[in-house]
Amino acid sequence: MVDQIKEEIRQYILTEFLPGEKASNLQDDTPLRTSGIIDSTGLLRLIDFIEGRFNIQVEAYEAGVENFDRIQDIASFIQKKQKPGA
Amino acid sequence: MIETSAASLCTYLESSAQRFGDRVAVVDPDGSSLTYRELNERSDRVAGFLTARGLQPGDRVGLVQPKGIPGVCAIFGILKARGAYVPVDSTAPPQRIRSILDNCRVRAVFVDLRCADVAAGIETVVVTGTPAGPAWQSLPQGAIAWEKALKHAPGGAEFASRHPDDVAYILYTSGSTGIPKGVTLSQRNALSFVDWCSSVFSPDEHDRFSSHAPFHFDLSILDLYLPAKHGGTLYLISEEVGKNPAKVASFIASNRLTVWYSTPSVLSLLAEFGDLKKYDFSHLRLVLFAGEVFPVKHMRSITRQWPSPTYFNLYGPTETNVCTYALIPTPISDDRTQPYPIGWPCSHCSALVVDDNREPVPVGEEGLLYISGPSVFVGYWGRPEESAGCCFERDGSRWYNTGDVVKQDTSNGFIYVGRRDRMVKRRGYRIELGDIESALYRHNQIREAAVVAIPDADAGVKILAYVTTADDARPSIVDLKVFCGKALPAYMSPDAFLFQDSLPRTSTGKVDYQKLANAIPPSNR
Repeated sequence: MVDQIKEEIRQYILTEFLPGEKASNLQDDTPLRTSGIIDSTGLLRLIDFIEGRFNIQVEAYEAGVENFDRIQDIASFIQKKQKPGA
Repeated sequence: MIETSAASLCTYLESSAQRFGDRVAVVDPDGSSLTYRELNERSDRVAGFLTARGLQPGDRVGLVQPKGIPGVCAIFGILKARGAYVPVDSTAPPQRIRSILDNCRVRAVFVDLRCADVAAGIETVVVTGTPAGPAWQSLPQGAIAWEKALKHAPGGAEFASRHPDDVAYILYTSGSTGIPKGVTLSQRNALSFVDWCSSVFSPDEHDRFSSHAPFHFDLSILDLYLPAKHGGTLYLISEEVGKNPAKVASFIASNRLTVWYSTPSVLSLLAEFGDLKKYDFSHLRLVLFAGEVFPVKHMRSITRQWPSPTYFNLYGPTETNVCTYALIPTPISDDRTQPYPIGWPCSHCSALVVDDNREPVPVGEEGLLYISGPSVFVGYWGRPEESAGCCFERDGSRWYNTGDVVKQDTSNGFIYVGRRDRMVKRRGYRIELGDIESALYRHNQIREAAVVAIPDADAGVKILAYVTTADDARPSIVDLKVFCGKALPAYMSPDAFLFQDSLPRTSTGKVDYQKLANAIPPSNR
């Protein structure tokens, strides 16, 4: 399940922010925000995609680097949101 | 020459401190605030401190810190000491910050503790953003804590010595060779613009103004000085809140702002992601935007969600500040696709549309827009040839070449057409594409780089970097993105990288940018 989420996010980021890049160069732990791959406007688009695709609501306070700097963190954040109380 | 209402921008503050001493002048992002009396007194102390440290009229003083009350006190203090302030993006790469401070040889700098290293070796270093308590021991060697500077006796330059021709501030913009260039503006330049704003926007002491743009961006001139002149209140928006449309929307509503000023990009994001229906915006009476073309699609969206304010499109490069303006009639019809005009010259400016021989073109024909008037800048710091090259004399006036191609429409004023050089605007920031190329050439695997910009319906403009590598081992795109993240401000990082075996050249051996722009793969359009 979490692997599938990671793959969907990876594909989205590759298409939107790294056109032409090989999937293998975007690792689960590649920094996205702190490296400059995704800027503040890009983050808004990524969150918009995630909210629509995974049917969750991301609050402003949740959109920091602790949840949104690496694919692995984004995926576990989505999983947590999908299973309230888990 | 049009007379200005004061000799210095700091006179606005002093006069409001007399008339509206107990009214709130400025609200910090953390919610704390200063009245006009307090802001006036604190800036007097900053002026006294700087003068005691030997600051002479005309000396430059850097500001490298996140937006906050200390920055506003420092700016007015520097002006009271007849210094010129140089605001620099504190989030820019340290090398870039330092090159700016060195370029105009600042004698003093107000710097945030987190980036205090960039100020090493500068004569006077004042550190802001120190943790509460006596943290002075942890400051860099020789640096002075902001709290200590504020304890200095009030002082500054003689009131009578203030002159409208004094340099007030220098704003650095992207330079085509990779070195930022300092647009140098006098008191008169800013005062004439602020006086024009007074006449058109009729602000008063009950207005609550946004400060969304950072101080190194020319939109901050209206933000800082129009409220100060009329006794209004300035609400400083932190960078963190400013980038988050949901937080910006809540900020505008909860502070009951009456005047909003930002780039169109910010308004587009507000319309799209701000969840505006959640809030009451009935206090908002004026929405001003400047810095780039506002796509009609997004303009329609924001004006529908905020139907009551009056909207103005303000146009002008940093070199002249706002020089033409247009009222945007609302509502905007569904079938409109044409961008709105940049309108007619402001009353303190004159405009001329000329051909390549600098001869005026007939109404309706395209030409380069030249501007004259008291708001036309002094020059580029330390670049006399470039300063002279962008202006010419005609009928006893100095005319500045904006580099923008426009045409005049008899009923709507000027219509923006585009540019002939390699400067583009993204999120209101000027970007010289050569500046990005210079950064890419510093990557050790890149042999050649050519950067082109293409229009984009959503982002306004997309920046594509064509690169060739020294050997077959190509860096990954992730690596190039990360490299640009370190070498350039975030808004300058290319959207896409395209590897080439070689770059197309013209018959004279120059990079053929036209060929590159025409050859952009559909996936990147």
